[in-house]
Amino acid sequence: MSEKHIIPVWFFVGLLLLTYGVLILGSGLVDWSHPPEGVELSNLHAPVWWGALLIVLGVIYCAKYYPRGEM
Amino acid sequence: MIAMMALSAPSTLVHLSGVDLAIIAIYFLLVLAIGFYLKKFAKTGEDFFLAGREMTAWVAGLAFVSANLGSLELLGWAGNAYQYGIMAAHWYWIGAIPAMVFLGLVMMPFYYISKTHSVPGYLKLRYGTEASALSAVTFAFMTILMSGVNMYAMAVVMEVVLGWNLHFSIIVSSLTVGVYVAAGGLFSAIFNEVLQFFLIWFGALLIPILGLVETGGWSGMVARIHQNFPGQNFTHMWGPMSSASNNPMGVHWIAIVFGLGAVQSMGYWTTDFLVVQRVLSAKDVRSAKLAPIIGSFFKMAVPLIVILPGLLGRAVLPFHLVPGNVAQPGQFKYDDVLPLMLARYCGPGLMGLGITALVAGFMAGMAGNVSAFATVWTYDLYRPYLRKDAPDAHYVSMGRWCTMIGLFVSIGTAYLVQYNKSMMDYVQALFGFFIAPLFGTVVLGMLWKRVSRMGGFWGLLAGVVTSVTAFLLMKFDPSWVKVFAFSPLAQPLAQAMWQALWACVTCVVVTVLVTLLTKPKPDEELRGLVYALTQVPREENTSWLHRPVIWGVTALAILVVLQIIFW
Repeated sequence: MSEKHIIPVWFFVGLLLLTYGVLILGSGLVDWSHPPEGVELSNLHAPVWWGALLIVLGVIYCAKYYPRGEM
Repeated sequence: MIAMMALSAPSTLVHLSGVDLAIIAIYFLLVLAIGFYLKKFAKTGEDFFLAGREMTAWVAGLAFVSANLGSLELLGWAGNAYQYGIMAAHWYWIGAIPAMVFLGLVMMPFYYISKTHSVPGYLKLRYGTEASALSAVTFAFMTILMSGVNMYAMAVVMEVVLGWNLHFSIIVSSLTVGVYVAAGGLFSAIFNEVLQFFLIWFGALLIPILGLVETGGWSGMVARIHQNFPGQNFTHMWGPMSSASNNPMGVHWIAIVFGLGAVQSMGYWTTDFLVVQRVLSAKDVRSAKLAPIIGSFFKMAVPLIVILPGLLGRAVLPFHLVPGNVAQPGQFKYDDVLPLMLARYCGPGLMGLGITALVAGFMAGMAGNVSAFATVWTYDLYRPYLRKDAPDAHYVSMGRWCTMIGLFVSIGTAYLVQYNKSMMDYVQALFGFFIAPLFGTVVLGMLWKRVSRMGGFWGLLAGVVTSVTAFLLMKFDPSWVKVFAFSPLAQPLAQAMWQALWACVTCVVVTVLVTLLTKPKPDEELRGLVYALTQVPREENTSWLHRPVIWGVTALAILVVLQIIFW
């Protein structure tokens, strides 16, 4: 068994961040004009920029640790 | 599954939307997929129980700190921060960082060079079967009970916070953990701990960011706390500890420095196999030394997502939280502060991420317990005492089976706890009985080659007996609190610190006395196990950037600066 044959855990991290980023950003955009009730500071649209941050990090991790020819 | 999860009672703390449920479902699918993917790599005992000893310092370091970052920890310490203020951060700073650095720089080389599979395994090499068997049996027993307690606690939190059915939470989470750990062994556990680390940070970091925006920064938050709770000090760490009567915890600084910093945390971070196992998976000695030090930097930052939300709760929540044992219907408990803050700032999507972080924390905690249990059972009890010379594949198979059996026992424990709630307190206390004296036994064994076989065993036993005695006396006759903790005001957290200190002191004294009366082990049997007889690889040719000692000293320097800032 050798580590180089295993997909790096960082790739899975990137995959998860990217997927969650897309879902959270999408949810934030859908709610943009109708912010959820009872949530403080909803005018800051946290899901939009937090989702965007997750997407950026997810893309970086996926690109850097994509298992080229190791699977 | 989704339909059952969505059966939220109207009284729950938070409500989930479709996108939140999708986020949770994706997490479950991903961890199962990772478990099945890693199965093909966990073929030998070394692979299954120690992840092939091929983890980088970063992966081992994040798994090391993540194994301790369970959801009970997060919810409990956010609640403690609400109750006691920033003093709760002592458990993340002086109560963790020196011990992690000590593990990396002093103890890890011996664990690693001896090629042991576990902490009881090291005791067997250093002392012999008596101390090892005592440690292995108690660890295996306690770990499985703790797993059950965690499982039950998770189910209760999910029921209160989300309205999920208790049985549903227990069965789904334990089966998922069982499948992925039995498939990939420590590989799966570590991979999921790294995922959990990212989930917890990204799921919880928005709370302090938005909280500080709402209060106008740190000074605004402090001003609001003073306005809401006049005359009480929640924002200083050391100032109120000149006397036990000056702080809500009833603790003196001596107990924090010596009980928590020098004994309790050293015991937990350097001898609890649940966390040490993650570092043993490192690919070489330098990585094994570096892993806990990398972990220490992240541990130092955890108060940002745990302690700060608790303090912000004091500043912004329009109602006061109360202790769990006096909460009436309609009142919120201290431990509810993190979900309440999550619900305050997070709408659909972000809420799903926060809840997934909590679920991941619970599942990673269970996975940590069962993977450590499987290793200690297989290597420290089954192999030496039941079946000595079986092929490696047999022990891997045993590891897989006892992962599942361990989970079923945990489920049984969870239901026992449901019908006997006080058992939860006892199990958590029991775990603490062994950690403090074990530190005395292990560290004496590493640093002093004269310590004899019987010295190690009797010292450990005496320490455990002292710990149990102090606990029972203080619990059933409060007049003993003043005797052991030097103040009748000492709260359970302070009592536990003094209990640990007495247990470790007794262990050391008895170990030394018995050692002086008994024959030492010959040097040939101690090579690679004790300081005087071990060649630890030197790092003269390593660039300073990659030297563990540089980063260890840096971590300690930052720790000192933090203490001064929040004095």
